[in-house]
Amino acid sequence: MFEIILKKQLAPNVKLIEVKTPLIAKKALPGQFVILRVHEKGERIPLTIADKNLEKESITIVFQEVGKTTKLLGRLGVGDKISDIVGPLGNPSEIEKFGVVIGVGGGVGIAALYPILKGLKEKGNYVISIIGGRSSDYVIFREEIKNISDEIYITTDDGSLGRKGLVTDVLKEILEERKIDRIWAVGPTIMMKVVSDLTKNYGVPTIVSLNPIMVDGTGMCGGCRVTVGDKIKFTCIDGPEFDGHLVDFDELLARLKTYKEEEALALRLFEESEVGKVGHSKN
Amino acid sequence: MAIVKTKTPIPEQPVEERIKNFDEVALGYTEEQALIEASRCLQCKDAPCVKGCPVNIDIPGFIRLIKEKKYDEAIKKIKESNNLPATTGRVCPQETQCEALCTLKKVGEPVAIGRLERFVADYELNKGYEIPPIVKKYDKKVAVVGSGPAGLTVAGDLARMGIKVSIFEAFHEPGGVLIYGIPEFRLPKRIVRAEVEYIKSLGVEIFTNVVVGRSVTIDELLKEYDAVFIGTGAGAPQFLNIPGENLIGIYSANEFLTRVNLMKAYKFPEYDTPIKIGKIVGVIGGGNVAMDAARTALRLGAKEVHILYRRTEEEMPARYEEIVHAKEEGIIFNFLVSPVKFVGDEKGHLIGIELQRMTLGEPDSSGRRRPIPIEGSNFVFPIDMAIVAIGTVPNPLISMTTPGLSVNKNGTILIDKETGKTSKDRVLAGGDVASGSATVINAMGAGKIAAKSIFKLLTEE
Repeated sequence: MFEIILKKQLAPNVKLIEVKTPLIAKKALPGQFVILRVHEKGERIPLTIADKNLEKESITIVFQEVGKTTKLLGRLGVGDKISDIVGPLGNPSEIEKFGVVIGVGGGVGIAALYPILKGLKEKGNYVISIIGGRSSDYVIFREEIKNISDEIYITTDDGSLGRKGLVTDVLKEILEERKIDRIWAVGPTIMMKVVSDLTKNYGVPTIVSLNPIMVDGTGMCGGCRVTVGDKIKFTCIDGPEFDGHLVDFDELLARLKTYKEEEALALRLFEESEVGKVGHSKN
Repeated sequence: MAIVKTKTPIPEQPVEERIKNFDEVALGYTEEQALIEASRCLQCKDAPCVKGCPVNIDIPGFIRLIKEKKYDEAIKKIKESNNLPATTGRVCPQETQCEALCTLKKVGEPVAIGRLERFVADYELNKGYEIPPIVKKYDKKVAVVGSGPAGLTVAGDLARMGIKVSIFEAFHEPGGVLIYGIPEFRLPKRIVRAEVEYIKSLGVEIFTNVVVGRSVTIDELLKEYDAVFIGTGAGAPQFLNIPGENLIGIYSANEFLTRVNLMKAYKFPEYDTPIKIGKIVGVIGGGNVAMDAARTALRLGAKEVHILYRRTEEEMPARYEEIVHAKEEGIIFNFLVSPVKFVGDEKGHLIGIELQRMTLGEPDSSGRRRPIPIEGSNFVFPIDMAIVAIGTVPNPLISMTTPGLSVNKNGTILIDKETGKTSKDRVLAGGDVASGSATVINAMGAGKIAAKSIFKLLTEE
């Protein structure tokens, strides 16, 4: 059992929890993820590690409440326990001195992008961040990202914060003007696809962090397989980061919808249940 | 006394019932049936059956004790060599091991050794097991990686020899393939849990949610423990590497069985893990895992389940009993067909599989006749779900992160078969991770060898 020691609401339906996980905290590196199972009857879901704290022996996880499992996780408060967390899984990001790098983040992906950019900054890269969301409320981790960026750009769909438009609008302008050595894109799959399509034209190496459906996270089910170039890769042990120019995003987008009906059913039953009816969460 | 030429039949759930549930198919002998079957044993002095047992159970010995109704002593006798008798009594391929060498086979059917083993193991589980005394304790600690049959055997044996053991398991529940792989209707989870509890009762600690190679490395374990045993099995699924394999509706047998067995997707939505069952399911492969997957799909509501195998029934590696059960339940067997590609619709869903007909040629390295494609024989077989059950290989996580550990080309860890020792000092390995995919009992046999050599290593230093 793993205890939640801190909880924050970052945006509507977006929550941050800090969980005591001594073994994982010791090992976690930027780019890695955990698999957790909220309760005895729960499913195993992958979530990126947004930060770690060695003193508190904890890791930080940021998640969006979209289905039953994430909603259930969002109901837990400080002192509550998560049944199982395993990790750190996946390969760490390749953090080196590249020169000028751009981090593009969207939605909860901004939190996952944070440790990568932090690592890149520590290595002496010039870090440009472009983060975006639906509206001002949804652009999370602004202070954290700002602190480790040499330049930061914010976009919102409705113009309530930063520039009105998409992260790719800003990215395109920068690519037109400057030589960029490497780009990380972390966010919704569709955003990573659009970013990769754009940067391909400029020939800038672009790393994406994929988040497909997984069960074990250790290479034994193959549910997370993606086509990269002409090869089939397992996201959990070969990734989660891949060359965005080689990923077959359309296939990934289709595979992400595999359990659409089941997910909808589980969510409906949950929302009708006693636990689900409690509209607000603890803390 | 006249020799009874046939085995005492084991009661089974009727076919029409069992295809609708996940309860155990074989129900086990009653005391009366066990006594009849035990009386068939000739008590051969040279005990040929024992030579067929990878863990050398004193088979005539325990059967004699059953005959004498000394069930407590019978199970004690088995447990001298086997820590998981309720499991092996159910899943061992006795027909190719102990029972294959039974003297009675010369005149009829062998003694049903497996069923008798199960009988006394279940007898003990129902009654509550006895914890054997540990005579001498040593100030030594061993880390066991993986809690499947090999790891549990090493842990149980060493614990009984007085060595402190910690097991590290990547999943949230111990048991390895016994939990995620073998379906409930063949090996109920309560049986596995009870056997794991027995191992724990010997003083073995089990840490779940630890992925060795990620959460902690072998070298880090070596700093804390006097020796490490790697028993991580062959857990990485192989795919066919043909076009269309990532279409929606195609599962590796590992994923399919893990969702259903470990995660209990058969109880969705009570349990949160979903599974999608097609109307017409094609299972590719001819081993036990293929049979398990096919029979599981049927129970989950598939209208038709087809085994697609590239050789003939004669070459199928699955246990005879599993093939018989599958046929009884209505699984359709298609032989001499090999997948060429998967066919999907515009949304990326599987709608069919292109197969090529095969013919059998000369025997290959496995000794089985090699399938040869027949040119121009391709045809599309409509299916909306496929389960790929063509074998597994060891997971690369440990070999990738352990310098000095020699691995074969196929990813198996190189060991000395007599001792279980790897190329790395104080690191031993056994079971599927060293042998490649094999049986539960072979992994346990390898575990016994490793336990002995670890004990020697730690006490004779």
